[in-house]
Amino acid sequence: MYGNDFGAPSDDPGREATTQVLDVFDELLAGDGRVEPRDAMPEAYRKTLIRQIAQHAHSEIIGMQPEGNWISRAPSLRRKAILMAKVQDEAGHGLYLYAAAETLGVDRADLLDQLHSGRQKYSSIFNYPTLSWADVGAIGWLVDGAAIVNQVPLCRCSYGPYARAMVRVCKEESFHQRQGFEILHTLSHGTPAQRAMAQDAVDRYWLPSLMMFGPPDDDSPNSAQSMAWGIKRFSNDDLRQRFVDMTVPQAEALGLTLPDDGIAWSEQRGHYDYSPIDFTELFEVIKGNGPCNEQRMAHRTGAHSDGAWVREAATAYAAKAAARVSAA
Amino acid sequence: MSSPHPTAHVDYLLAVADDALVNAQRLGWWISRAPQLEEDVALANIGLDQLGQARALLAHAGQVEGAGRSEDDLAYLRDERDFRNVHLVEREQTDFGVAMARLLMVAAWQSHLYAALRGSTDATLAAVAAKAVKEVAYHLDHAGRWVVRLGDGTEESHLRMQAALDAEWPHLEELFDGSFLDPALVADGVAVDPATLREPVLSTILAVVEEATLAAPRVRPAVGGGRTGRHTEQMGYLLAEMQHLTRSHPGATW
Repeated sequence: MYGNDFGAPSDDPGREATTQVLDVFDELLAGDGRVEPRDAMPEAYRKTLIRQIAQHAHSEIIGMQPEGNWISRAPSLRRKAILMAKVQDEAGHGLYLYAAAETLGVDRADLLDQLHSGRQKYSSIFNYPTLSWADVGAIGWLVDGAAIVNQVPLCRCSYGPYARAMVRVCKEESFHQRQGFEILHTLSHGTPAQRAMAQDAVDRYWLPSLMMFGPPDDDSPNSAQSMAWGIKRFSNDDLRQRFVDMTVPQAEALGLTLPDDGIAWSEQRGHYDYSPIDFTELFEVIKGNGPCNEQRMAHRTGAHSDGAWVREAATAYAAKAAARVSAA
Repeated sequence: MSSPHPTAHVDYLLAVADDALVNAQRLGWWISRAPQLEEDVALANIGLDQLGQARALLAHAGQVEGAGRSEDDLAYLRDERDFRNVHLVEREQTDFGVAMARLLMVAAWQSHLYAALRGSTDATLAAVAAKAVKEVAYHLDHAGRWVVRLGDGTEESHLRMQAALDAEWPHLEELFDGSFLDPALVADGVAVDPATLREPVLSTILAVVEEATLAAPRVRPAVGGGRTGRHTEQMGYLLAEMQHLTRSHPGATW
């Protein structure tokens, strides 16, 4: 899962751009080719990718928490199995992405340190709580749906390892999105209480999902450079519109309403209109003032520090085992 | 030879199923809390295998019972006294060493149990066991490797792994207690007498303990009772969490 809503870090490398001109790199980009780890690349391109891929990886692993919150309480064994497999997939996505970042010469452990110390961000959507079972459905349908809209263009990203990781991630996210839709479909066609649960979840997750695409284009400082580098293919607002166009008919199929009276088909634009979004909340959540920011980070850093003795033991054992082999 | 009591067959299936179900419930806690990302994936995988075994066995138990109860009816609508799992799997665990000690014991037990149950005269149980025996071989390998790494890792990990083994060991014997079992069920070839698995299971576990440079704990077995529905105080909370949503919406479909 992934959004464009991270906000610019203080050491943003994007805008100093290509003072260092690398002909081969430029030719590759001009020909819509793929940059591979062995290829020369501008330092700013490398740093931007590291930041983006790392933040994407962090989003995957923090994203395990809100849904993991319902594994113990899933209302049927089939749903429990599907949810465990889904959260497991998110861990797997984290693994591919950290591995993709490592091709750029960084270490997973260092990237995790940056997450834990707050120097790198994760998608703000995971700072919202999962208050009912229907939230698991809403996350699958809306949050994974938004992630897919964001990520499908990344399958054509100029950096090869990231693009290839995205192909696999997108297939799984697409499966998750259908699972989420199916959870909500079952609820919206169930008892009145289940239906109300589903509507409440959609009411709470709709705007945060729209905000996953990041600030409006006028206010998105990194976008132009990322588009020039072939990392980003469409603007935040274009992707957001694509998501709205995809989601409105699906909401109708679910028999649920989206909490915006301004949603209406525009013949003139060939798109659904929707009300202007107040991004104040997004910026507050990015700043750390969302409902679950502290909780998510405490969970993550707690798991990491609780597991330190295990990782140290594994390293020590591997060294002993290697020494035994070389002594033999 | 007397025929087994009609409920004895169901109770036996529930015993095997509930161990797997409750084990899966505890393993699910680790997903997002493991020491490293690979381990989140591995523990989710093992939990999913356990859940899959539980589902197949519960569905079968419902059919043998013949009262129309589904896997979900049996998982969500039974009360604590009707659960047949051992204490070993139900107790809280938030320490990775404890989780691995326990997984080693459960996987060693299930490896030998399922291997034997492949020959059960209950054809469905035999088929589930034939599939499950391959899954638990991986669980055993995974847990065994961790117990060895932790036992033979750092000084701290050695102490912690030994403490974890000491904490879990008293609950091992309950697995081998067949007093809950109708002897006719064993005679009919449906069930395996748990006592006959004691030596092979212990031998599997002790081989790992030795390689891990750990000592087999010399502790008295804890009083069990799980097979007859006498659980620890922690079981009530586990079920309250697992069942509350389903029970809050009687008759709803999910």
